[in-house]
Amino acid sequence: MDILVIIEDSRGLMHRMSKEAIAGAQKIGGSITALVIGDNSDAILNELSSIAIDETLVVKHELVSSYNSDGYTEVVAQVVQSTNPDIIVAGHTYQTRDFMPRVSARLDIPFIPDIIYVEQDSYTKQVLNSKLNSSVSSSSNKKILSFQSACFSEEDMLPGSNSSQNFEADLDSSMIRSSSEEPFQESAAEVDLESAELIVSVGRGIEKEENIPIAFDLASAISAEVSASRPVVDDGWLPSFRQVGSSGSTVSPKLYFSLGISGAIQHVVGMKGSKNILAINKDPDAPIFEIADYAVIGNVLDIIPRLIETLNDT
Amino acid sequence: MNQLNQVVFANIDEQEPWTIDSYIASGCYEAWKNILTNKNDSYKPENIIEKMINNSNVKIQIGGGVRTLDTIDYYLSFGIKKVILGTAAIKDENFDLIFSGLQSDDMGMGQTGVLVGELLGMSTATLAIETEIDKEKIRVKRELESGWFQWVTLGSPASVSIQSGINQPRYPSLKGIMGAKKKEIKIVQSQNAEKNQSIEKVFVPQTSKETEIIDTDLNSTIDRIVEILKSEVKVF
Repeated sequence: MDILVIIEDSRGLMHRMSKEAIAGAQKIGGSITALVIGDNSDAILNELSSIAIDETLVVKHELVSSYNSDGYTEVVAQVVQSTNPDIIVAGHTYQTRDFMPRVSARLDIPFIPDIIYVEQDSYTKQVLNSKLNSSVSSSSNKKILSFQSACFSEEDMLPGSNSSQNFEADLDSSMIRSSSEEPFQESAAEVDLESAELIVSVGRGIEKEENIPIAFDLASAISAEVSASRPVVDDGWLPSFRQVGSSGSTVSPKLYFSLGISGAIQHVVGMKGSKNILAINKDPDAPIFEIADYAVIGNVLDIIPRLIETLNDT
Repeated sequence: MNQLNQVVFANIDEQEPWTIDSYIASGCYEAWKNILTNKNDSYKPENIIEKMINNSNVKIQIGGGVRTLDTIDYYLSFGIKKVILGTAAIKDENFDLIFSGLQSDDMGMGQTGVLVGELLGMSTATLAIETEIDKEKIRVKRELESGWFQWVTLGSPASVSIQSGINQPRYPSLKGIMGAKKKEIKIVQSQNAEKNQSIEKVFVPQTSKETEIIDTDLNSTIDRIVEILKSEVKVF
């Protein structure tokens, strides 16, 4: 089995979900090639050098110095045609969604996305708004797979060494029909949620903006950072850099202390890798409880002020 | 691009035959009956749409015949859940711009807009939350991960997949609703494409986690949380 792993550049470092994709490729087993594209290749190669993969291919070309859909589609298609892998894997990131279907269409290789579980040739993905799972198989001898966050754990990545070599992609400017401007944030991030050990996260159950300080008080009592679900950010109660979920940060702290978050899938994909999930919600059927280690049924506004008092007293 | 052709796909991953039985079973006729027999309402389009949505789980699917932004607005605000088209159906239409939803609620494959773009030789962009359209180009604001954004400029023709929650569809006018009856609905036969992936089974997820339910009086709840924080998660 030959596996090609597409490595994503996340502002100069290897994307966390690319590491999970490598762990997935190692679990599936076979000869693993990692593909690194762009200006930040050297730093990412350095990260890859201590991982058990067979080979790393590097594409450095001015037309793919940073991500663009046209260029990446072309490069990945050329690498696949040249190296002929059985399986192409990647993290199910926004970038993968943006270009991988084009690779699939261009090379006529089926793309099974957003996989949460792999068992031999059967791939489980969530369907019907994550209420049900389905197992998908493919009759094709080649496949493209993308793994949902926490399908594999980066901690399971096997250490080792590998050699790297350049891949000369044949690109010309007529292939690139789109141009990308520099990525930007609308509010500067003041916290690094992705490396936080403890997180207190706020959802609609906090009821109103005036109650937000309760979350900060709890966070301060246990030295945690504060994050939020999308509705809280959409309402402007907290800035977008605090958002956890598919359009915000993906976190895996030692403790995710969720206050009045119902647990929509878009939120859950961003935090389900947390080591411990303590959730408070007054609705006993809240979906967050399905992934919680501790499900506290009750009103956040009753419990948290008293909890803070108790914590501060002891 | 005065003659800008636009088409909207909304959540078109799954193509399911829509039978009269499922139409009845999903409560659509019942919804219409409620609407038409409730004399207290003044038949404002808003009320009708609201009732349609509240009284049934009906999914409305439209294929073809979408030519203008007004039609798109109309169909969308009418509660259209899916617009079904294959690339074969639109290849000859020479659209300048195709909009699609990011992914469907049912299968969640999230590929249609990008696949269509590639198959028709168009530029593509996903997770669009804002667009600026001029004569030759479309500028798209894309949502990236972790609170980042990026503007991308695409040449025409382009296929753009939209992130959810960027706007509220307008309600149609009653005149529009009546006019919709005269709209052409073009049915295009799909070609027999080889199917290279299939769903083997659909099942209820098994939770592997053992969840401790804490549903007691306030004092016991506080005590238990403190214990968890101190002795089990060890946050201090």
